[in-house]
Amino acid sequence: MNDKVINFMGVRRVAAALSIAFVLISIVSLAVRGLNFGLDFTGGTLVEVVYEQAEPLSNVRSSLANAGYPDAVVVNFGADTDVLVRLPQGMSPDLGDQILGILQETAGSEVELRRIEFVGPQVGEELREQGGLAILLALVVVLIYISMRFQLKFAFGAVVALGHDVIIVLGIFSLLQLDFDLTVLGALLAVIGYSLNDTIVVSDRIRENFRKLRKQSPTEVINISLTDTLGRTLVTSLTTLLVLLALLFTGGEMIRGFAQALTAGIVVGTYSSIYVAANFMLMLNINQEDLIIPEKEGEPIDDMP
Amino acid sequence: MNKYPWWKNALILLVVAFGFFYAAPNLYSPDPAIQISGESSGAEISQADLNRALASLDAENIEHFGETIGEKGNSALIRLKDREQQLTAQKLIQRALGDGYIVALNLAPTTPEWLTAWGGQPMKLGLDLSGGVHFLLEVDTDSAVASRQEFYNTGIKRVLRKERIRGLVQLQDNGEIQGRFNTEELRDKAARVIRDEYNELQVTKTEDEGNFYLTAVLTEQKRKEIEGYAVEQNLTTLRNRVNELGVSEPLVQRQGKNRIVVELPGIQDTAEAKRILGKTANLEFRLEAKYDAPLSERERFDFRSNDYGDSGAWLEKDIVITGERVSNAQAGFDQQTGQAQVNITLDSEGGTMMHRVTRHNINRRLGVLFIERKTRTTYVEAADGTEKIVKTPYDEKHIISLATIRDALGVQFRITGLDSPAEAAELALLLRAGALAAPIDFVEERTVGPSLGAENIKQGVLSVQIGLGLVALFMLVYYRVFGIAAVCALSANIVLLISVMSVLAATLTLPGIAGIVLTVGMAVDANVLIFSRIREELANRASPQQAISAGFDRAFVTIMDANITTLIVAVILYAVGTGPVKGFAVTLSIGILTSMFTAIMGTRAIINLIYGGRRVNKLAIGGGA
Repeated sequence: MNDKVINFMGVRRVAAALSIAFVLISIVSLAVRGLNFGLDFTGGTLVEVVYEQAEPLSNVRSSLANAGYPDAVVVNFGADTDVLVRLPQGMSPDLGDQILGILQETAGSEVELRRIEFVGPQVGEELREQGGLAILLALVVVLIYISMRFQLKFAFGAVVALGHDVIIVLGIFSLLQLDFDLTVLGALLAVIGYSLNDTIVVSDRIRENFRKLRKQSPTEVINISLTDTLGRTLVTSLTTLLVLLALLFTGGEMIRGFAQALTAGIVVGTYSSIYVAANFMLMLNINQEDLIIPEKEGEPIDDMP
Repeated sequence: MNKYPWWKNALILLVVAFGFFYAAPNLYSPDPAIQISGESSGAEISQADLNRALASLDAENIEHFGETIGEKGNSALIRLKDREQQLTAQKLIQRALGDGYIVALNLAPTTPEWLTAWGGQPMKLGLDLSGGVHFLLEVDTDSAVASRQEFYNTGIKRVLRKERIRGLVQLQDNGEIQGRFNTEELRDKAARVIRDEYNELQVTKTEDEGNFYLTAVLTEQKRKEIEGYAVEQNLTTLRNRVNELGVSEPLVQRQGKNRIVVELPGIQDTAEAKRILGKTANLEFRLEAKYDAPLSERERFDFRSNDYGDSGAWLEKDIVITGERVSNAQAGFDQQTGQAQVNITLDSEGGTMMHRVTRHNINRRLGVLFIERKTRTTYVEAADGTEKIVKTPYDEKHIISLATIRDALGVQFRITGLDSPAEAAELALLLRAGALAAPIDFVEERTVGPSLGAENIKQGVLSVQIGLGLVALFMLVYYRVFGIAAVCALSANIVLLISVMSVLAATLTLPGIAGIVLTVGMAVDANVLIFSRIREELANRASPQQAISAGFDRAFVTIMDANITTLIVAVILYAVGTGPVKGFAVTLSIGILTSMFTAIMGTRAIINLIYGGRRVNKLAIGGGA
């Protein structure tokens, strides 16, 4: 084995405290500030147009207010010619067309429609519920798969790490009040997928080393395993971050939230696969005995060399 | 050592060749085009029709090419040079050809024949990339049930009258039909008659203060059946209406219990689309009530024709036939007055019913009642002071025509009294496309302009390229020769991913492109795992050949575990996700599967070709090994 074993678990208490602190901050922020839910979840109407020449937002706001929409939120979207109008409630499905009409009438230059979105309130609520359910379902299925393929303590370690990642990414979205829409929810599930990938690679090595290194203490075995896999963990995170940065900077506005969520998720996920999953397994007193291959029944699944 | 048998190399080559072949159609960008077809499915498009259409384009200097009439002779395609002119061209051709033709926007594939001959086709683009409208409609199934209860109520009254059973039958607000009778005998007889006639009703008996009651309610099974039928019927009607709108490759699909998704690529005028789709106009033909008819058997409706001083008329509650019996409807003009009218053809059952009623009622007047579903918005202040918007749907009914029956009516007759030719045309369209069995509400709408769609594609492709470039650069620097193998495998992976999506006719969305980008980042993970293992083996003083072999073998289980769990998450994402998110799940899942093939087998093949079967003293894998 490698001569230079990094003592990751030496700072396990600090890491645990740090993780708990981040999770707590996230939960408090989620409770106090909440998420800045996008149109997909709140319901409402959104109109995006592009003006030929940049139009002062105050003009757009006042012409909408004059037309009877004082509560319209008007912001630039990407470029200063690109204007996004959002209304908190979709009063009717025709609202989008009306807003577009007003903008076209009052504009100083040509107005071109980019998109109109209308989401009814009941749909928004359903999507929110479905989203939460999807994340819970993903966690439960993962728990079952890992406890079958590995061992229950590994499964708990992985699920705690995933929960940690999801909560912190949600916390970041809450703290910075970034738009939380359907694609971000998709990204959150992708974060679960990615972080899981990381955690499993690490767990796989921990299992292998527990069986190979009978004399070392669990902490030592975990340190050795984390050191073994560190190179791979960092390289994969780096390549994934590289493509995400490409997406973040060139993918356009509509995919920005997705790229933000995944970028945050991969940073947190990389940290958690090193410090959270293994740390939690140690808390559950994982040791060589948990992974003794049952000799009498043979070993149908695990055929590690 | 480390040599693949020849067939394994051949297999890999074959798969990659397959990938290149079926990914190739995506290189050919489609032409903007106009598609012409007849309004009824049997109609033929002749060369003369096509020439008229082309002449209208030439008159406005719109450039076109590749005009063809389809194999079956029922459609024609005109390709345009400029996408901006597509809408103008559509309007021009529609005007030149007149009614009876559907002129639709289309994107004509330019895939060469040697590709299409083998089933090659480009990926389908989602609305966020192609531009268009997405609607989510909710079918008001309660209303379908209510109208059915109304039907039973009328029916029960009729059979009781026929059997001379006296009693008071009323439809309650909760949907139950209640009958009150003076004696137990009458009540029991009524119950028997109702059970014989309508066995789908559940009849219960009660008594109270000398009165004998019976209550008839729909069985749960029947109710479900009505709801299911309403959604299915609406689905058919919406398909017909979408066809009338003239859109190529529309999607009308049931989603969940009572929702319908409608996707119209290329449509810009959403207001028009919504008006036609959402219109729940229906017609009811009812006789004008007699003066002495009891109030419970007649209803008063507005009559907007100004020929009569009276602004309303009384109609019987009993319905002769409804618009569902209409098999064809055409707008036209009255020869004498020049007024707009709609010529109606009924199906045989409708014709029989119409004949039976009108035969006995010559010289009475027959009213045509127009029913339209609208929504009223009210603002209610909730307990916490916030304003809540309550939308209550209601039916607006008015009489559009009230004409004296001169002769018994049959299968064919006409409706007059319409305001304008445009109104006649719309009514004819609605009747032809069929009525909605239950009203629908728009619960979601997404419109993407074509410029945004094109921009999304451009940005998406750019980020895939940049992402791929960065990852390739890193892998080459970090893993040297092994990096070359990984980059080859990664490129093959993207080609395979695109070809599988094309073959499966999966839809590519913007999040789908994000899925491809993410696949690029994550697909190299398998290679990273293998290469770090090889480095480790080398550090443990294994020979280069042993290191390669052990590295691939030992990393395999880890790669499988990691990818299977990610795949599980992707499948969950697909199952619960909607629209664009589903697109992400699709590309992610396919990407995981293809990457396992390319990263494990593909890379191994290349490494074997470079190092296999000979003495190697040193591996160029970087990391000081």
